[in-house]
Amino acid sequence: MKRTPLYEKHRELGGKMIAFGGWELPVQYTGILEEHRQVRTAAGLFDVSHMGEILVRGKDSERFLQKMLTNNISGVKDHRVVYSPMCYPDGGVVDDLLVYKYSDREYFVVVNAGNTDKSFDWLRQNLEGETTIENVSSNYAQLALQGPKSGQILQKCTDFPIEEIQFFHFIPDTEICGKKAIVSKTGYTGEEGFEIYMKVEDATVVWDGLMLAGREEGLVPAGLGARDTLRFEAALPLYGQEISEDISPLEAGLEKFVKLGKEDFIGKDALLQQQNQGVKRKLTGFEMLDRGVPRSHYEVHANGKKIGFVTSGSFSPSLNKNLGLALLDVDYQKEGTTIDIIIRNKVLKAKTVKIPFYTKKYKA
Amino acid sequence: MKVVKGLWYSKDHEWVRLDGNKAYIGITDHAQLSLGDVVFVELPEMGTVLQADDVLGVVESVKAASDVYTPISGTVVEVNEELSAHPEKLNEDPYESWIAVLEPDDPSKIEELMDDAEYEKFCAEEA
Repeated sequence: MKRTPLYEKHRELGGKMIAFGGWELPVQYTGILEEHRQVRTAAGLFDVSHMGEILVRGKDSERFLQKMLTNNISGVKDHRVVYSPMCYPDGGVVDDLLVYKYSDREYFVVVNAGNTDKSFDWLRQNLEGETTIENVSSNYAQLALQGPKSGQILQKCTDFPIEEIQFFHFIPDTEICGKKAIVSKTGYTGEEGFEIYMKVEDATVVWDGLMLAGREEGLVPAGLGARDTLRFEAALPLYGQEISEDISPLEAGLEKFVKLGKEDFIGKDALLQQQNQGVKRKLTGFEMLDRGVPRSHYEVHANGKKIGFVTSGSFSPSLNKNLGLALLDVDYQKEGTTIDIIIRNKVLKAKTVKIPFYTKKYKA
Repeated sequence: MKVVKGLWYSKDHEWVRLDGNKAYIGITDHAQLSLGDVVFVELPEMGTVLQADDVLGVVESVKAASDVYTPISGTVVEVNEELSAHPEKLNEDPYESWIAVLEPDDPSKIEELMDDAEYEKFCAEEA
């Protein structure tokens, strides 16, 4: 099991350590509900050093990534971040990733911890032209500072004018708490926030500096538990649940990130066919009407027959309801449809609702 | 971790308090600490006849669902409906927040469970 450079820090802070994607990470410090609410109202700091980083370089980098990704990175300005699924020829998802564009010859690609080796191998197998790839995961630590107070806190740790960083943009080379860092306005919480990449040996200094800077604002360390409930309320997909080798990005409702109009990319034919014929199942949000908490893999029925399964489910701390995401037969995805969730052999009523469940209300 | 004198404890981290012919059953402080924030409690049906180690109910934290077992055999005669609306009581005050009351088949069997000192030792060894 791998440990991040902040492992000792998490232990000192009372973090309850669990295994995730081959890493030992804190699921919570004080409690998932409190950490969740603190991120929604103030700010939370997450150690996400388990995420993988891959450098793609060379004059054919753009052409290569255009072939690998479903989203379009051609014409994207430098220092922008692009989210994209990466598919197999059959439309199943290898991984979903963030692409940081330095220039059309250099990209920094962030992949899921549990998929790092798989994604790197897939990229390597399909390499073409004058392109090199390098797995630089072990060089980087990553922190996510998330919440409405995150900008204010981050500003205390850098001379760079933080308010100038727009959503899904990044600063390639700045200093945070005196350490070189890449800072992007991105996150996985549905809240305003930043992700900060730094050298492994600088992680504790940056962590301590941010925690100290955020004391007045109510910054708390937050674990994987809150990260999951936060991303769930925002209906951000989790690899292995909403998307997987068996669930295509179109089924998962990620059409915005699948550019079927661009030149060939891996999975295009299969996805085009799905689009033309219409997907048979689609990710749908639901709210429990009966008492019960839906969980991954629970069956969903209607009129006694199986119409799909739950991909993620939880008590929603922000909305105070039991909610779920399910991959359902398209006939049942209309908002307000009554469905049955099978929980421990009991048939419990739910109704389909709009996703995301939670949308950040930005200041006007 | 808090352990209360006068209660009986199971290896699955349930407690039992005997009061006349009523056995109050709940989960221990150790159990609620390892579960984390409890967001849902499924109570048994009144009148259910249970054997020792049968599932008495289900406690769900944010992350997962866990079965609660009855350490003794008996019939469910009361359920704590307050926990349906306020599952967080299991975190706040685990030894007052009983889940159900059983009328035990054989109250003397309770003494086969661990007392507070034995349970404390059990938890220390398990850690």
